[in-house]
Amino acid sequence: MTPFTTLTSLAVPLIRDNVDTDAIIPSREMTSTGKTGLKDGLFAAWRYSDAVARVPNPDFVLNNPAFAGAEILLGGANFGCGSSREHAVWALAEYGFRAVIAESFAPIFRNNCIRNGVAPITLPRAVIETLAGQRVSIDLAVQQADGHYFDIEREARAMLLEGADVITLTLKHRDAIATWQEADRQRRPWIYLGTQMETRA
Amino acid sequence: MIAIDRIFLHERTGAAALASLAAAGRVVADPARVFAVMDHIVDTRTGRTDRTLMLGGQAFITETRAACRTAGITLFDVHDRDQGITHVISPELGIVLPGCTLIAPDSHTCTQGAFGALAWGIGSSEAEHAMATGTLRVSKPKTMRVTFSGVLPVGVTAKDMILRLLADHGAGGGAGHAVEFAGDAVAALDMEARMTLCNMATEFAAMTGLIAPDARTTAYLKGRRYAPDPLPDWQGLRTDDGAVFDREIVIDAGSIEPMVSWGTSPGESIGISQSIPADAEAPALAYIGLSAGQPIAGTPINVAFIGSCTNARLSDLRRAAAVLQGRTKAAGVLGLVVPGSSAVKRAAEAEGLDRTFIEAGFEWRESGCSLCFYAGGESFPAGSRVISSTNRNFEGRQGPGIRTHIASPEVVAASAVAGCITDPRGMA
Repeated sequence: MTPFTTLTSLAVPLIRDNVDTDAIIPSREMTSTGKTGLKDGLFAAWRYSDAVARVPNPDFVLNNPAFAGAEILLGGANFGCGSSREHAVWALAEYGFRAVIAESFAPIFRNNCIRNGVAPITLPRAVIETLAGQRVSIDLAVQQADGHYFDIEREARAMLLEGADVITLTLKHRDAIATWQEADRQRRPWIYLGTQMETRA
Repeated sequence: MIAIDRIFLHERTGAAALASLAAAGRVVADPARVFAVMDHIVDTRTGRTDRTLMLGGQAFITETRAACRTAGITLFDVHDRDQGITHVISPELGIVLPGCTLIAPDSHTCTQGAFGALAWGIGSSEAEHAMATGTLRVSKPKTMRVTFSGVLPVGVTAKDMILRLLADHGAGGGAGHAVEFAGDAVAALDMEARMTLCNMATEFAAMTGLIAPDARTTAYLKGRRYAPDPLPDWQGLRTDDGAVFDREIVIDAGSIEPMVSWGTSPGESIGISQSIPADAEAPALAYIGLSAGQPIAGTPINVAFIGSCTNARLSDLRRAAAVLQGRTKAAGVLGLVVPGSSAVKRAAEAEGLDRTFIEAGFEWRESGCSLCFYAGGESFPAGSRVISSTNRNFEGRQGPGIRTHIASPEVVAASAVAGCITDPRGMA
């Protein structure tokens, strides 16, 4: 995963509440079993006047030539709500977005961002509105976007800054996990299905 | 870091997660505690095969099947007797248990919080992490208790309770919190209704929703295939008296009426006797094609859909069938029933509910997520307005331009008969 340290880019305003993951990537755009080939489906229902023929909707903000190559997206409250599909983040990242600044995020979407090196940054609505269409600088180490301080929990910040593979980090605790499971197996034997039952024909 | 006791995959993302794991040279740590099912894009028409109406959909099914076989994961396949929607079959099989942690790459995993489990939806990357390590790294959520006091009026259901919560406190109202549902009106719900209530905690932006296990919980789980025998004592899994929550909400259950959504977010819901709010947002009104101040009852509909992990269990089908008994859907309305699981389908057929639906003019289908969302294959006629027992009324959720109103199965049934959004009370 690419580390996220600093980023300066135009910020594309899509400042509305409850932008859901069906809107970010409609299910019909998820046509392959992999994680790629999604950028053309990003915001398909809003971005195209005819999604099948891919006719651009000139009124949608991403089709404004001024925002070509922008890497920061601005949202409202509860951004990324709905389906857990990680494809929403994969599509945003493949399109070129490296950060989303919103008033608040839906929890699964936010976790998916962190796992994919896309910074989910929370700022008040009034601040976000001042950033619309501006060139914005984010410095994750000091937790600032254009001088505005934002909160992010330590673990998420570290994960983004280091671009670390979390599974590798966790597997370093493999022995401690195994020890815990051995004790747990005594406390809650019914949890460990492999050892006590496999009755399916 | 917390231990993950149960993982459920489905064909929409299962193959991607398992392939990505394998590509990194990793294995599933304990495949006996990982399950998979074909529910998301599997065809729900009679006589189905691996082929789906979604272009390229078959690859999701065949690749998930192959990946599960390689990883040694128990798969409830297309023609398995136990096939069904994840959050319907997991309880049916006793896979979810009180006090366990259960995750699935599906936002409605919170449904299973009804059993006093910590159950929540995740993305594919976290599913990989959990399969490889048996753990997840989780930020501790804030706590919220939502108490439904008093007694629900006759004809008002768990669906109406959760839509009322969403209407009062907004679709972002639970952000950052795990929610415990409590109170006399919750304790009075049967397990299937509790699942409906917890199902839409994700629509509240909560990490999950859960209900303390009680005698009904253990009675439900007794004898289920993956549940232990004898069942352990789970009665201690309850909130301490005097515990302090970060946030408390109390709703008088007696004040709830059948609810229906008017807009494009589940929070945009009102009582069936009410009118669309005067301050309704323009984009939602433009999409849904209705006006502020307009009563929601009487809105003509084209489609009546009963299905989904929210409201397609046996009790849901019974209540809808009770409304439809001796009646037929209005001319020009398309009616569909998609049972939540193959077991629900068989049980409903044993009671003759399928006959009631078919005689009322509904199509009776095989189990799956079906038209709760549009994956690019099957949808409703262009421009349709749908009354739906599902959980999301997002723009385009059920197909491009399709307008969705979410409500209880009995509201769906009553509306099918009348041809417009209708209060079902007095019809059953």
